[in-house]
Amino acid sequence: MSVVVNNIEDNHDEHHHKETFITKWIFSQDHKMIAKQYFITGVFVMGIIGVLMSLLFRIQLAWPEESFTVFEIFLGDKWAPDGVMDPNIYLALVTIHGTIMVFFVLTAGLSGTFSNLLIPLQIGARDMASGFLNMIAFWLFFVSSAIMLASLFVEAGPAAAGWTIYPPLSALPQTQPGSGLGMTLWLVSMAFFIASSLLGSLNYIVTVLNLRTKGMTFFRLPLTIWAFFITAIIGVISFPVLLSAALLLIMDRSFGTSFFLSDIFVQGEVLHYQGGSPVLFEHLFWFLGHPEVYIVLLPALGITSEIIATHSRKPIFGYRAMVASILAIAFLSTIVWGHHMFITGMNPFLGSVFTFTTLLIAIPSAVKAFNYIATLWKGNLQLNPAMLFSIGLVSTFITGGLTGIILGDSALDINVHDTYFVVAHFHLVMGISALYGLFAGAYHWFPRLYGRMMNKSLGYIHFWITAIGAYGIFFPMHFVGMAGLPRRYYTNTAFPYFDDLADINVLITVFALITGLAQLVFLFNFFHSMYYGKKSEKNPWKSNTLEWTAPVEHMHGNWPGKIPHVFRWAYDYSKPGKKEDFVPQSVPIAKGEKITEH
Amino acid sequence: MTIIFSIITVVLLSISVWQIAKIFEVSNLGKKKDDSQVANHKDNDLQGKLMFAFLVFIYLVTIFSFVSYTKVLLPESASEHGVTYDSLFFISFALIMFVQIITQALLHYFSYKYRGLKNTKATFITHNNRLEFIWTIIPAIVLFGLILYGMTTWSQIMNFEEDEDALVIELYAQQWNWKARYAGNDNVLGDANVRFLNDYDGRNTVGIDSSDPNGLDDIVVTQEFHLPVNRKVIFKFRSQDVLHSAYMPHFRAQMNCVPGMITQFSFTPTVTSEEMRQNADVVDKVTRINKIRYDKSQELIAKGEESLEPYQFDYLLLCAKICGASHYNMQMKIVVESEKDFNKWIDKQKTFSEIIQ
Repeated sequence: MSVVVNNIEDNHDEHHHKETFITKWIFSQDHKMIAKQYFITGVFVMGIIGVLMSLLFRIQLAWPEESFTVFEIFLGDKWAPDGVMDPNIYLALVTIHGTIMVFFVLTAGLSGTFSNLLIPLQIGARDMASGFLNMIAFWLFFVSSAIMLASLFVEAGPAAAGWTIYPPLSALPQTQPGSGLGMTLWLVSMAFFIASSLLGSLNYIVTVLNLRTKGMTFFRLPLTIWAFFITAIIGVISFPVLLSAALLLIMDRSFGTSFFLSDIFVQGEVLHYQGGSPVLFEHLFWFLGHPEVYIVLLPALGITSEIIATHSRKPIFGYRAMVASILAIAFLSTIVWGHHMFITGMNPFLGSVFTFTTLLIAIPSAVKAFNYIATLWKGNLQLNPAMLFSIGLVSTFITGGLTGIILGDSALDINVHDTYFVVAHFHLVMGISALYGLFAGAYHWFPRLYGRMMNKSLGYIHFWITAIGAYGIFFPMHFVGMAGLPRRYYTNTAFPYFDDLADINVLITVFALITGLAQLVFLFNFFHSMYYGKKSEKNPWKSNTLEWTAPVEHMHGNWPGKIPHVFRWAYDYSKPGKKEDFVPQSVPIAKGEKITEH
Repeated sequence: MTIIFSIITVVLLSISVWQIAKIFEVSNLGKKKDDSQVANHKDNDLQGKLMFAFLVFIYLVTIFSFVSYTKVLLPESASEHGVTYDSLFFISFALIMFVQIITQALLHYFSYKYRGLKNTKATFITHNNRLEFIWTIIPAIVLFGLILYGMTTWSQIMNFEEDEDALVIELYAQQWNWKARYAGNDNVLGDANVRFLNDYDGRNTVGIDSSDPNGLDDIVVTQEFHLPVNRKVIFKFRSQDVLHSAYMPHFRAQMNCVPGMITQFSFTPTVTSEEMRQNADVVDKVTRINKIRYDKSQELIAKGEESLEPYQFDYLLLCAKICGASHYNMQMKIVVESEKDFNKWIDKQKTFSEIIQ
């Protein structure tokens, strides 16, 4: 059933094998089916669990050490005796929430879905370069998810050392129960995840490089493809470093090496470790960890660029500047990791260097934000739910990104490092923004995924509750941080000094609960529309990109007959002299028509 | 009971969501039924207006937060470098608030202004090199200014000299408490290592090497440590088990404690604990906290439990790096006092040699 086709000769592979239930629905090699599989696993399985965890620990933070039936239901007698949450499980929830949201939802769920769906369809390819590897990548991700979920049920509890799993806490089971089997499973799960991510990324890169249809030059690529392509490259560069860090950590944990450990005394005993350094682990971790932020964010920005242009009925403003800023962000993202480590005992001179590189990132980010705003200017905005989420993304990207100027400045980082100020910052700039990108993509490309439309009224409700909730949760949280409250505290009651923060915490939790519940609207809309939604037209948003020239019904090879050729860039919206306000990329340049300079 | 209550809440919420959805649909009732699920002029009109309303919402949240939460923030800095820190923070914050207010206004105003009504047409604009140059170069200049300012402040704070007069103190972290070690009369900390922790039946609580003469006059304290006002303090940090972070927010000071490695930080406290208690912001905060504690105590007493102690302000040392179950309760009290009071206090403490005798 291989659909690998020689695009240059534009043949359609005719020898379809007979499809069985298994090859169609489970071990499918079709990129559209794999995209759906990523979305369902990443967003609806892992996403729901990740969000639910955050609601549980938000309840604990608002009403500390009180008894709740929901704790008993979800955590059981062991972790919530009499309905009161245990401090160890609190840390585990925080840890697994972070891990799931960053890796499983916003890396696999977002990139996995939309890179798979859009790369072949938007560049005019019959499928990914290797459908088989693509299938393997998904199933490695599936195994990784299953192991991560299994780790929730081990006797001593899941990993609880924070999603950054800094040793020695993550290396020594004597220091916390979660660092036993739970941490082992965490590491194994991440090893599978990294393998999956690498296979996926290599596939994306090769596909974009080799399988573009005739006429699809690099500067005619939609910005989505640019974003996915560069994201894949960052992934290939940085994920292996995390794998090596994980392997070294496994060595320290199980084989007595001392890469990250030295001079340790636990439970009355001097351990044998000599000469290692936890700071080394931090370097290795953040060499992935920071690019990871952009692995999460860039696809969302790519999706937004595409949606804002389409729904503004106007070319994206400054296409080349947008591409250049993606490249600049990608390059800089690999040399800023030290801003997570200003106060780890790293040489202060390095702090200055990383401050410099970090604040530089604000420049391409600002260019992006301004270009989005300029695209809206004098547009004809079609405010579909996808468009609202895209505008929402720009809003939270600005709000969250600006506080990065404070955190990226080594001097200012001193007093807000590891406080709620950081939590508020990164949730807005990468968490909420990337989630908005994911939702925007879902509303926009749902017709392409399932051939039906999602309900717009429910989409509007989903957006407005989420938008109000996002600011309601994270804006006040900055103040909690500036008041000096460190993050990852099970309760703030141990310090009477923080007693007057209790009200803010209740407010934040109430917003979080409402926003969390509002996601059920999306869940309902998604599955309901899948079966009962209105049948979609071929090109419901009047978009220029190639995916809308393919038939609504999915088929192997994407297009019956020849693959469309490309004659223009993707953003000829409202071009003067044209009858319609859009000109698809596959429409040849008319006589006397000027090619748009961009 | 809670379950039933939750279920009812969820059901009611779903009903209200459904009703709101209906309202959106009713507001779309035109001459012919449009169920294309693509936004039409009416949707654009309503959503565009809501976008503008959302701008107002963002501004209101901002104003509300500043009005009601400024009072919970940290009081003025109690250290010398903290004053520089605070002004850099203030300038950066003012700058980002300025950019925030302008860009959010443009974003949401344009979303409203250019909403797709019946006769709206988009203008074909692809790029504008001059405009793009301007909005690249202006952030670049501003950021270079901030980078220079930040780097200077950073190196002032971090590159301190090991001068003779400075008081040397080691902060020692373990799961889950802090200890402080003073260098004694010689002002030199004795060598230490976790290997020595089990010596002297566990009385050697921070692992001082008893063969190093510098260590014999060292003084280890728990629960609270004292600092003389206006004298530079050089902190050395150690940890015996996992990473911790010594966070002293009132002094704008934080440094990680890394097992196997000694890290350092330095500041000069400028305000005594007693003076800080008189600070208007602190008085206000303590009054509010005690009101909250009083109300809570009444509840506790009604339940037959013990009431809460009234709160008095003290400087704090907290742990800011996740370190296990009791991470949330790893604290030490800091007392800043006059040199005279400090000497009186330190003279009462036992030296290492006295403890191991």
